[in-house]
Amino acid sequence: MLCKLSPTGAAGPSGKLLEQSEKSVSAPRNPVVVVGAGHAGGTVAALLRQYGLTEPITIVGEETIAPYQRPPLSKAWLKGEVDADDLMLKASDFYRENEIALKLGVRAVRIDRDAKRVHLNDGEEIAYDTLILATGSRARQLAIPGVALDGVQALRSIADAEQLKSKLGKGKRLAVVGGGYIGLEAAASARALGAEAVVVELQDRVLARVACEALSTFLQNYHRARGVIFELNASVAAFEGEAGRVTGVRLADGRLIDADIVLVGVGAIPNDDLARNAGIPCRDGVIVDGDARTSDPSIFAIGDVTQRPLAVYDRMHRLESVANVLEQAKQAACAIAGRPTPPHEVTWNWSDQYDLKLQMAGVAFDTDEILIRGDPAAAGFAVFHLRGGRVQAVEAINAPPEFMMGRQLIAAQRPIARERLSNPAVSMKDVGA
Amino acid sequence: MTKVVYVEYDGSEHVIDVKPGYSVMEGAVKNNVPGIDGDCGGACACATCHVYVDEAWVQRAGVPTSMEEAMLEFAENVEPNSRLACQIKVTDTLDGLIVRLPESQH
Ligand SMILES: Cc1cc2nc3c(=O)[nH]c(=O)nc-3n(C[C@H](O)[C@H](O)[C@H](O)COP(=O)(O)OP(=O)(O)OC[C@H]3O[C@@H](n4cnc5c(N)ncnc54)[C@H](O)[C@@H]3O)c2cc1C
Repeated sequence: MLCKLSPTGAAGPSGKLLEQSEKSVSAPRNPVVVVGAGHAGGTVAALLRQYGLTEPITIVGEETIAPYQRPPLSKAWLKGEVDADDLMLKASDFYRENEIALKLGVRAVRIDRDAKRVHLNDGEEIAYDTLILATGSRARQLAIPGVALDGVQALRSIADAEQLKSKLGKGKRLAVVGGGYIGLEAAASARALGAEAVVVELQDRVLARVACEALSTFLQNYHRARGVIFELNASVAAFEGEAGRVTGVRLADGRLIDADIVLVGVGAIPNDDLARNAGIPCRDGVIVDGDARTSDPSIFAIGDVTQRPLAVYDRMHRLESVANVLEQAKQAACAIAGRPTPPHEVTWNWSDQYDLKLQMAGVAFDTDEILIRGDPAAAGFAVFHLRGGRVQAVEAINAPPEFMMGRQLIAAQRPIARERLSNPAVSMKDVGA
Repeated sequence: MTKVVYVEYDGSEHVIDVKPGYSVMEGAVKNNVPGIDGDCGGACACATCHVYVDEAWVQRAGVPTSMEEAMLEFAENVEPNSRLACQIKVTDTLDGLIVRLPESQH
């Protein structure tokens, strides 16, 4: 319950008391419970302390490790450029020093909204005043023969990443099923480790769901030049193995691709069942508002698990990115600590493959025009997606100015001078002016 | 451990022991210093870790790469001593480093 300040209460005998109750006028009096100890869960707890919240905070997490960053799992960590300690979101003594209780290795199984309690799989029940769902997403599985073979895996957690890394190395053969960002990053990292890599994609190009053709073609060529093999328009019929271990990927056309390890990267599914079973509206994720609040005023949801409003586009969407995690963690923490709602952000994402830095901003909803700036052959260019002459999204390859100004153009949503935007001789500063 | 002093826009100081090898951004994020988000975890992709390096330390903090310069060019309120904290590696020679945070990250 929110603590309301009555006039008599405010004029109480103790000045100190008065000061305290004034400070926490819109803050909850009972524990804040966070379900999910991932990037979102760790961030929101830290922000609540940063914003001065003094109530107890408990984070419940199924993984046995404190919150960490996943992006390097397919990039720098996989290549061995950073270690496990670098992945950790906070310093090891951070949670203790900030009185944030971490309950790891346990799973929340049910929310009792009437009693305001979360039930855990170890039998414990935790009372909450405010609940934050930060349960993230899980890798989609394929329903084909052989998925249970040893060596067929997804890449979501540090445990997955360790397993993958232990099997990569000189001369090993990696087959990636699904040409998405994670799959392409893993293929690039595998090449860096001296392994062979084959990417099997159902569509006629990689990144078909998220990028335009020019970018897909550019990336395929870049990967091919570094030894990656692509099987496009290829459907996987089964994984085959010997003695329980995978040995290859059987395509629908009958061909067999030899593999020592198979990475299935075919998208993620939001872990929204806790909310759904508690009667909170969900549609490909828990539906939240611009404060990251669900239909239940004392329950928030943040990160990969949410279906959220995107202010720029005036529509709902589910995002899977760190930028989204941080934006929603701020929204929820501000609402809980009684701060004003933070300004809207233009969503963005990045990817590292070989020496390429990809930076993507916005979402290309219903776009009617594509404008390329720079020369794809020179590995420094940007693709702008327009609707009605306004920039909706940008994909920048080794092109930070295009990305940075692109974000501003997306936020502004005003008509753009096409001939200036597509002319690299006109600086991005001048394009935006 | 290397001491790094982070000065928020409102003047609040945070003196943090940062493990050598970490970046100035990591030192802040891992210890919950407000005003440095570091969305991209140090990939020089987001410019959410913009800092002003105290004049006495500018030289020792090194020079930005062209990538960092390109990102900084589009950050808000850029000054000659602006850097992206994720691109400054903490070493013994930076013991006592002072960085100030811009208003836009306040
Ligand atoms: C390999 C890889 C590379 C990526 N690269 C990038 C990138 O370059 N840029 C980018 O922006 N994003 C990237 N992402 C996406 C980014 O990591 C996610 O958007 C982010 O981790 C989402 O954070 P989250 O806290 O919402 O969910 P998660 O990080 O998935 O954390 C959710 C946590 O909740 C736990 N949990 C779930 N259900 C329960 C329950 N009932 N009880 C207790 N605990 C539960 C899970 O075990 C998990 O630990 C990448 C992701 C992966 C896997």
